[in-house]
Amino acid sequence: MKKPYQSLEVNSTNNMKQVIHRKLSATILRLSLIILLTFSMALSAQEGDPAKGKSLFNANCAACHKLDKKMTGPALRNVEQRLSDDEGLDRAWLSAWIRNSSGVIKSGDAYADKIYKEYGGAAMTAFPQLSDDDINNILAYTAEEAKAPPAGATAQVGQTPASGSGDGVSNKLILGALAVLFGLLALALVLVTKTLRRFADAKGVDVAIKDKSVPLWKAFAQNQFLVLVTAIFFLLASGYFVYGFFMQVGVDQGYQPVQPIHFSHKIHAGDNGIDCKYCHSSARVSKTSGIPSLNVCMNCHKSVYEYTGETSAEYTKEFYDGEIQKLYAAAGWSDADQKYSGDPQPVKWIRIHNLPDFAYFNHSQHVTVAGLECQTCHGPVEEMEIMYQHAPLTMGWCINCHRETNVKVKDNAYYTKIHEELSKKYGVEQLTAAQMGGLECGKCHY
Amino acid sequence: MSSNKKYWKSVEELNENSSIVEALKQNEFVEEIPTDEFLGDKETLESSSTTRRDFLKYVGFSTAAASLAACEGPVIKSIPYVVQPTEIIPGVANYYATTIANGYDFASVLVKTREGRPIKIENNTMAPSNGSANARVNASVLGLYDSLRVQGPMQGENAISWTELDNAMMQKLEAVKGSGKDIVLLTQTFASPSTSKLISEFTEKYGNVRHVVYDAVSESAALDAYQAKYGERALANYDFSKAMTIVSVGADFLGDWQGGGFDSGYAKNKIPTHGKMSRHIQIESNMSLSGANADKRIPLTPSLQKIALAKLYSYVVGGSVSGTLPEATDIAIRQAASQLKKAGRNGVVVTGLQDVDAQTVVLEINEALNSRAFDTTSPIQTRQGNDKAVNALVADMKAGKVGALIMSGVNPLYTLPNASDFAEGLNNENLVSVCFSMKADETASASTYVAAAPHYLESWGDVEMKKGQFALMQPTIRPLFDTRQFQDSLLKWTENSESFHDYIKKTWKSSIVSGGSFNQALHDGVFVAGSSIGGANGASSNTVHSTSTELNDKKDRTWVGGVIHDAAVGVGIKEEDKDTYSSTTSSTTTSNTGSVAGISAKSGGDAARALAASAKTSDLELTLYSKTGMGDGQQANNPWLQEFPDPITRTTWDNYLTMSAKDAEKFGVKNWHVATGGLNSSLVELTVNGITEVVPVIIQPGQAVGSLGMSFGFGRKNGLKEEMQTGKNAFPFYQDFNTVQNDVSVKVVPGEHEFACVQLHNTLMGRGDIIKETTLEVFNTKDKKYWNAVPVVSFNHEEIPVTSKDANLWEEFDRSIGHHFNLSIDLNACTGCGSCVIACHAENNVPVVGKEEIRRSRDMHWLRIDRYYSSETTFAGDNEKKDNISGLSSSLSEFGELEHAADNPQVAFQPVMCQHCNHAPCETVCPVAATSHGRQGQNHMAYNRCVGTRYCANNCPYKVRRFNWFLYNGNDEFDYHMNDDLGRMVLNPDVVVRSRGVMEKCSMCIQKTQKTILDAKRDGRVIKDGEFQTACSAACSSGAMVFGDINDKESKVAELLEDNRMYHLLESVGTKPNVQYHTKVRNTTEA
Repeated sequence: MKKPYQSLEVNSTNNMKQVIHRKLSATILRLSLIILLTFSMALSAQEGDPAKGKSLFNANCAACHKLDKKMTGPALRNVEQRLSDDEGLDRAWLSAWIRNSSGVIKSGDAYADKIYKEYGGAAMTAFPQLSDDDINNILAYTAEEAKAPPAGATAQVGQTPASGSGDGVSNKLILGALAVLFGLLALALVLVTKTLRRFADAKGVDVAIKDKSVPLWKAFAQNQFLVLVTAIFFLLASGYFVYGFFMQVGVDQGYQPVQPIHFSHKIHAGDNGIDCKYCHSSARVSKTSGIPSLNVCMNCHKSVYEYTGETSAEYTKEFYDGEIQKLYAAAGWSDADQKYSGDPQPVKWIRIHNLPDFAYFNHSQHVTVAGLECQTCHGPVEEMEIMYQHAPLTMGWCINCHRETNVKVKDNAYYTKIHEELSKKYGVEQLTAAQMGGLECGKCHY
Repeated sequence: MSSNKKYWKSVEELNENSSIVEALKQNEFVEEIPTDEFLGDKETLESSSTTRRDFLKYVGFSTAAASLAACEGPVIKSIPYVVQPTEIIPGVANYYATTIANGYDFASVLVKTREGRPIKIENNTMAPSNGSANARVNASVLGLYDSLRVQGPMQGENAISWTELDNAMMQKLEAVKGSGKDIVLLTQTFASPSTSKLISEFTEKYGNVRHVVYDAVSESAALDAYQAKYGERALANYDFSKAMTIVSVGADFLGDWQGGGFDSGYAKNKIPTHGKMSRHIQIESNMSLSGANADKRIPLTPSLQKIALAKLYSYVVGGSVSGTLPEATDIAIRQAASQLKKAGRNGVVVTGLQDVDAQTVVLEINEALNSRAFDTTSPIQTRQGNDKAVNALVADMKAGKVGALIMSGVNPLYTLPNASDFAEGLNNENLVSVCFSMKADETASASTYVAAAPHYLESWGDVEMKKGQFALMQPTIRPLFDTRQFQDSLLKWTENSESFHDYIKKTWKSSIVSGGSFNQALHDGVFVAGSSIGGANGASSNTVHSTSTELNDKKDRTWVGGVIHDAAVGVGIKEEDKDTYSSTTSSTTTSNTGSVAGISAKSGGDAARALAASAKTSDLELTLYSKTGMGDGQQANNPWLQEFPDPITRTTWDNYLTMSAKDAEKFGVKNWHVATGGLNSSLVELTVNGITEVVPVIIQPGQAVGSLGMSFGFGRKNGLKEEMQTGKNAFPFYQDFNTVQNDVSVKVVPGEHEFACVQLHNTLMGRGDIIKETTLEVFNTKDKKYWNAVPVVSFNHEEIPVTSKDANLWEEFDRSIGHHFNLSIDLNACTGCGSCVIACHAENNVPVVGKEEIRRSRDMHWLRIDRYYSSETTFAGDNEKKDNISGLSSSLSEFGELEHAADNPQVAFQPVMCQHCNHAPCETVCPVAATSHGRQGQNHMAYNRCVGTRYCANNCPYKVRRFNWFLYNGNDEFDYHMNDDLGRMVLNPDVVVRSRGVMEKCSMCIQKTQKTILDAKRDGRVIKDGEFQTACSAACSSGAMVFGDINDKESKVAELLEDNRMYHLLESVGTKPNVQYHTKVRNTTEA
């Protein structure tokens, strides 16, 4: 049921080519940067460091601003240039605005008022902590030229599978050759016996004709012991398979349904390292881990409107961007207007982990009290492009873990007394969940 | 040797000429089997291209395919919020304080909501009064999910929009305003300051507006008497926790008398502390909850009750009254009077007689006693109905003087005795009527417009339950349907664009909380004028104290061998030893609107004489009452309440006439048991003032000879599922709003009635170890061994107590580590009110099985309250009789006699649920180990493991296990709440819904104990006493049920385990239960 990953070779060749390409573009960029820098040096005496500016920008501005896209606030590429060209405003004005925008608005500045109104009367957060140098650095970063889109990459990717398929053909060839060889050998054997027989005929040697013995199956049928043994064997074997079949009824390990939105845990939890409990927050306090509501997605996706990570043939940037658009449609978010204007539609996710009704499971007991990692039960979620059920979720599986896992009693006043008494009674250092009563029927079934 | 025996197939063969015998010789069946009928049309059958073999193939393949497909799990969708409300965490319950005020039940409650839907009602312990939910209030949450609710405004049968209704009404109101006719608001008692203000604004706008308050079960006489004396239309408040001697004349104050809610105060003094407990004398005709709990009960017909009350007045206060009582009764009244006089301020008298004189006499006696329990500073506001005004309205409607009638919370066509007159007036073509109702009930369907009203869990509101004690009602869910509450509509019709929510806020801020926080009041659900009830810090100021009493012992009593000698009711105790009560009262007054002129106060003596003179005796007198389960019948479509066994008769799904055994004999009325285990009765034709109804009868021990009883609330037809249309309507007999009717006759008619009664054996048969009972005197003077002896068994020819180690078959399991839960039930404090039964239903998803199944003894109640009658006059008499039985002949006759309850028996209630035996007999017989014991003392039941052998139920000595004979949640035969999607909303998501073929029983609310433990683990703290609760112990407002951890030596329940009164049910069986019972003590000390 699991989706097979692409073959390794494809990925590696792809990566190599991308690496080479990146190196190339980086050199070009660096060159152009130097040229640019020399120009800008000439232009302005107050020079900043774009690298420092980038980190400052990401820390302070990126929540509301992008370089090339209007978001909560305007796009900031070449903002200084633009302001001085269009409005005749200098860096001093800009610094004042950054440090205290509402102050500038109050002072009756015409352009400030215009911007304020254009963005729906939402004043920009004041950044009085930014020094002149900081602002210089940020502006230097915004003054950088946009990167050229990496052209040609997709075309090269398209060619890669050809080399891989060559291996498959050669395998077939070898197999074919072997088949032909064996065929020839068999033919040779037949020919040899034929010739020998002809010799015998010619020399008048009588080839003894074998007695027509009882056919094998009849002999088998007559041997009652063998029949019995075989019957037992078949019964046992079929019993084994029937047992195996029934034991997997209702066990959905590996269940990997297609979800309405292709949500990649690999990108979120793996590549970006988002804590599981950021989205599944109720796992800390509730029996259910909770499927995050769309407003939680939008916390980040208001600004993350496109996918910029690694791509592959199947999961292209366009594909991921399309999925983000699905989220926007569901949340009723208009990316162009930067506001909720549509009719929100809840996403009908397909539930993967289904415990039967008669089993009570509480996430908070395991996550908060026991301090288990989510991965203990849910597997390597951070590597799952498509989420699947990792554990069998059978009672035996639960019980095994309860038998093996020690109760986390440290710094928990609830356990102090009971753990002390019980561990003395059982004569152990550390109690397992089972010893604490975690195997009692009524702890999970009520 | 050959036999010549002839075998007979039937008696018919004796008849030589029988055609049947002839036919049977030739054929297998006497008559041709009508095969054609079930094979259908022969022609089409023959012309069908599907042969039998093909058909079987299809069947085979499709079955195989279906069973293979069934191995695949279903696809389950999970749909999260788009924007999740911050206060909602899926899987975590939220609690909101709100108030029920449906005109009959008024209570401050907490509502448990899960994922935004209310699923359970709990007590609001912050409320100074009315903070406990009775059975009906507990069940009211199910009314929210009633599939028969009106889903939007309607004009006759047609759905209309609110705008249409508004336009039509405002036009009509303007027209009526000009015409000189009246606009009448006929409403329930709201007791709501905001609504009163709103109605006065409405009156201002339209001028000729009349507001008629109508209580289905009226307390008008008591209101009139109080108003005449104190100038305020309200009811005196009684705090029974301050009363040590209580005399009640026909007042079922543990039931619904004057709005109810007195039981928790009453129960406080029922528990003997320092050798003292209250004494309660009940004079009544029907057997009521109060009578069942009384220390002394005097059955008396209503007319004699009047004389008795008048005499009581003369004995206590003075003066002489005419009228004669039977000698024994007169002596009893004298004794009661002297006891009251001795009790002085600790005495109180109440009456339920609907007679202004009787009510006046009671007020006078309590004044004369200067009773502490009698409170006129914070009188009860929750009954305001006025009979005269209602009668005047009916007359005016008939005369065509009313132009518009707006009704809310009332159903007069069902509840009015003269409903036909009301119907006539309602049909007047010049009258526009609009009825705010949740159901298409009798009145709503006859009104011009039905305004769909929201449930109280979807509404805003405020209530002044008692003067100065306010409560707020807030919605706990968005309206499920297109409903709008009465007050919002009035706002619309007074062209006020505000919502009622804002209106309340404004009213409260300006005149109630006065500078305090409205939000805090909303959070608490209650607000006491002149104080602020502390929130988190729990600080409460003076006015809260005004309702709580502190018992201060002046000095420690002398203990001699654990026995207190200066016993009894505060009588005969030296002055310096007497308990003092500290209480403060607030004197907050708010303006009171609406007064009826023309009532002048009578003096007590005059009233008593008038009362005695008004007592007309007749052969038969009918007393109408309301049942604990059904009340005034507005929740008749609630299956929980229909299936709730009446605490006294233990009968479900019915009402009936109650009759004494003597009268039953006289009229030839019978009750008998049939082979299925059902109870049947004869039918009688009951005629009251010329109105006739055929009703079944239950022969009621303790019913006063010459009196009958019948309950309200049944016999409703409109807006109810067919299953719920049970019983007969008693409201037509409610002439002049008087619960006592004199012109009564009874005649047996042919036919019989089938009851669904859950307890057929009514007496204890002298088995004193099931309910241990003793008197206060014995309790105070004798050793525990005498009145609460542990059963003994023979071991090595020596008698040893069953609790000793040697009397143990089993190896003892060490339960001293961790939690060990015990539930303690004090039989003294338990009034039998049954709120625990409904709370258990709601918490544990207990199914409703219907009348037929109950009749087959397949009821599913996890918690039952057994009610026992004594066969002799006392239970002690029964025990003695049983002990003295010797020999076969004596045992045959005397055991037979013990089966019959006495004419005026003692009554005892005993809640029984799974006893969670440490040595559980059920666990050892389960072949699949589906039931097992946990270390914490709970007897677990793994439903999915159970295969339904029912061995456990057979081996349970307490008979508390219940078997699922059907899939009650998915079988159309059981069309109750679990069978429709709306009704399923009430299910508790933490408790599994059981399937067919499995056993179930009380789990000691393991889901709740586990949650408490988990919360503590998460916070990393030790659990405090009182945190552990079961649904029943949390619902018990009388303090009879206490739950906790006995390994916590500081806990209340651990203390109760060591109490002298503690015993275990059927201790001799050696099951070692985890449920404790506490011996019932009756105060039989006469003054």
